[in-house]
This record gives sequence, C-alpha cells and structure tokens, in this order.
Amino acid sequence: MIFTIAHKEFRSLFATPSTWLIMGALQFIFAWFFLARLDAFLQVQTQLAQLANAPGATQAVAAPLFGSIALVMMMLVPVFTMRLIAEERRNQTLTLLMTAPVSSMHIVLGKYLGLLLFLLLIIADCALMVLVLAAGTQLDIGLLLSNALGLLLLTASYAALGLYISSLTAQPVVAAITALATLFGLWLVEISAVDSDNAWRALAPTGHFQSFNAGLLNSADLVYFVLFSAAFLLLTIRRVHNNRIYG
Amino acid sequence: MSDAASLTLSAHNLSRRFGQREVIHDVSLELRRGEVLGLLGHNGAGKSTTLQMLTGALLPHAGQIKICGFDLALQPLQAKARIGFLPETPPLYREMQVDSYLKFAARLHRVPRTQITEALAETKRRCGLQGNDKKIIGTLSKGYQQRVGIAQALIHQPDVIILDEPTVGLDPAQIRDIRALIRELGDAHSVILSTHLLGEVESICDRVEIMHHGRLIYGDSSARMQQYGHQPGFIVTLLAAPELAELQAIAGVQQVEPLSATQFRILHTPDTDPGTVLLALAAQHGWQAKQLVPLQARLEDVFVQITENQ
Repeated sequence: MIFTIAHKEFRSLFATPSTWLIMGALQFIFAWFFLARLDAFLQVQTQLAQLANAPGATQAVAAPLFGSIALVMMMLVPVFTMRLIAEERRNQTLTLLMTAPVSSMHIVLGKYLGLLLFLLLIIADCALMVLVLAAGTQLDIGLLLSNALGLLLLTASYAALGLYISSLTAQPVVAAITALATLFGLWLVEISAVDSDNAWRALAPTGHFQSFNAGLLNSADLVYFVLFSAAFLLLTIRRVHNNRIYG
Repeated sequence: MSDAASLTLSAHNLSRRFGQREVIHDVSLELRRGEVLGLLGHNGAGKSTTLQMLTGALLPHAGQIKICGFDLALQPLQAKARIGFLPETPPLYREMQVDSYLKFAARLHRVPRTQITEALAETKRRCGLQGNDKKIIGTLSKGYQQRVGIAQALIHQPDVIILDEPTVGLDPAQIRDIRALIRELGDAHSVILSTHLLGEVESICDRVEIMHHGRLIYGDSSARMQQYGHQPGFIVTLLAAPELAELQAIAGVQQVEPLSATQFRILHTPDTDPGTVLLALAAQHGWQAKQLVPLQARLEDVFVQITENQ
C-alpha cells in the first residue's frame, strides 16, 4: 500500500510542468557550479601539483559542489514538500486517502518515499555529472559516495521536516515558507555557532553533513539524520491521524 | 439469521462535537443490502458530518459503526474496504489521467492486481466514461468530473456506497443518468445518499431519514413519507358542472373548492372513495367529466411540515 501511494506521488510530480522546469533549471545551476569549480581547479592545478599530498579533483571539485547542492536543496525541498499534504487538504482529496483502507502510517510513508525517490533522482543526476571527471582523472570513489550518501540523508531529513509542516496547514504556500524559514533558521544556528563543539551546532542538519562532505562516515551523524527524519515522520503520522479527530 | 447477513451498515448512537458545539446527537442508522437510503436535511443539518463518520474520515465522539460486521474503529481496514465514498467535493487529483486515477483508487482499495483492468472497464461502462481514458481530470467538465468521482467510489465493488450530494451542479440529462445509475446500484449494493433535493428522494430512494439540527427526526419509506399528514383528495374537471351543493352531497366529501368554472378541488375523508361515485354520477347526469387527478402531496410540503413540527 505504501508503494501504491509512493508510486502515485512520484508520477504526480512529473505530471506538473513546474517539476520539469525546476529540474531543468536545477541541472543548469549545478552544471554552472560544477564548471566554475572545474575551471578554478584547472587554473591552480600546476601549483597544486608542486604540493605534497595535494587535493585531487574529487576533493577540489566534487566535495565543494556537493556542499553547494546541499544549500540549494535547503531551498528546494520545501517547494516539493509543500504540496504533499497541504494541497490534498485544500483540494479535499485527502478524504480519498482517509476513507481508503490504508492507515495514516501508510499515507505518510508513501508520500515520503515517493518524494524521496524523486530527490534521489536529482542527487543521482549530480553524481553522474561528477562521474564525467573519471574520463580525465582518477576519482576518489569513497569520497564521492560519502558525499552522495550525506546529501541523500540531508535531503531526507529536510523532506521529513517539510512533510510535517505540510501536514499542519491547508495552504501549500504557507507550508513552503514555514519549512524554508525553519530550515534557514537551523542553518543560521549552525553557521553562527563559532565554537565547532557547540551544542547548538549539533542541532542543525547542515552541521552533520560536514563530516560526510569531508569523506567521514561518522555513525553519530548517521544516527542524527535517521532520528531527525523518524521524529518528523512520527509527528506527521500523528497529525494525519488527528485529522480524523479534529476534522 | 438471513436478516443479520443482509445488514450491511449499522450505526448506533453516534455523537460528534466540534469544539463545544455538538453537531450530531445520538444518530442511529441501519442499512440492508439492496436498499437506497436518502438522508434529507437543510443545509448544515449534519448530513455531511454523519456521512464522514460512516466512512471513517471523521471519528465519532461516541457510538459504534459496523460495516458488514466489521467494527469501523477496531478493524478499520476490513471495514473501509467495503465502503465506497463520494464526498461533497469529489476527491479528484486534477493533474492525473482518468485511467491512472481510477487504477490508483482501485489499488488503494485493495482490488487484486489481476482484476484491475476488468474492474476499470466495467466501472467506466457503468458511469459512462468510455473514451475518456487518457483525458486529464482537470480538463473534464463538472458533470464528467462527478462521474469520475462516482466511478472512484464503485471500482472496488463495495457493499456500502455512500454518496454525498451526488447530483449537485449537473445538468438535467446528467442528473437523470446518475439517478438511473444509483437506482441500478441499489439492486446489488446498499446506497446512502444525502441530498436536499426532494425530487431525488422521490425518484430513487426506498427509505428516507430526515435530519434536523444533528438529529434524525423522521424515518420511513419514501412512499409513506409522501402520505405524511396529508389529506386525500383530487381535482376533477367537469365541463358541464352542477351546483356545488350537489358535489358536496356525495358521501365522504369534506370540502369542495371551485378552482375555475369547470375545475374543482375535492377533499375527502381517508377511508372513502368519492371519486368513483362522482364519475358514476357524472355519467348519469351528463356533467361531462374530463379529468380526475388525485392530489399528490409534494415532498417539499411534507418535508417542511416535518421539520417545522420539531
């Protein structure tokens, strides 16, 4: 049942022209970042070659690219999560799901997985773009994978937060702005914490992405992302269930 | 035993509050297979809220609902699989194609994968949706959207079909089609429909429940409802009319009211039949009886009468 809903969400995304537009624009921006990074790398490559233990192409091009994509995702994910439940509530299509023989958990997880599949597609696109470098140089596959995984976990936690906020309102735009503001706030918390061991820093998803970005698979960060997503998914399930109580 | 088996929906003592305001008081309903129940009421009487509770979209604060023996609160998945619901606003994803939307609805209601194609074709035939397979729902007219909404409620062959104002906003031809469809559905399934159109009740419902301020105030067969508080009578046209007194003299006649020179409204006591006597007299005296139309209580009047009595 979860997959039926996930499949429908995924298909619905592609039924609206704006999705294609956003995907196209996104790919353009990412390619721009990528080429700018690559260009900068090529210019300093000769100097870098004289250093001992110089950063390779993956470290100098791919890692910063993924860092920028993480920021773009912060602004992008709310645009996709806003519709998930808020729009169904506004168009009164939520009734179809509520009266169907599916539980609130199925509804929430289905919607979450459908969106995640779509976001995975965007991340895979970027990974593919970076893989092009393999034609000219030796790539650090480990670093690339940890970046991709980190980005996936980061967007997954953004999506969970966005989904929850979408379940709170009947206005998609309100959901988008609230989710964006929340994510932006979390990011500000991270960058304004001067001390890197600051407890505030531990609160923000972006901070936990840093170690993935540097190629570190830190289990604490992994657990953070899983807990973050699970917590908001549980809250969403609760909220959708409450829909039956409060109308 | 067979009585219990044919009982598809039973609701006992449902109550529902919104905040402090109690909108549904102690509503009980029962529905058998092959029955079409009309839920009548003014706007805001609580019809939609009741239907939402019966379908599990809204939890009642008190009371119990059983669908084909499954408790809606304790076994929601089994119970809900046996309900098809068309809410007031059809729950349509406007960006989807008709076919993929209906397939989604079928999967959501656990129609086995192998039967989906068949169910889809059958439902589209019933709802007159053939040839709209690939159309985007948002581009369809209101009437066709309503049909897709009904199709969505039927595709899994539910035992109980609940329709909330199914004919609102349709043109007369479409209303006729949909009423015929509901009538057909009523043979094999149980149907509840809410409406404030009394004509709808007259033409398709076996039974009527009237809801007023969140209570069921009257329930009976729709034929009996039309007799409610109604004085029998007829309108007769006599081209060569006699004196009023002559008509008045016929046994059982209580009141004669001339509508024009040739037309009279005659009210009589319930157990008598002065019509035949009058026709016989007319033939005898050459009154040239043209027409004798029994007075039908209009459902509107009955409805107003019942709700005002409360």
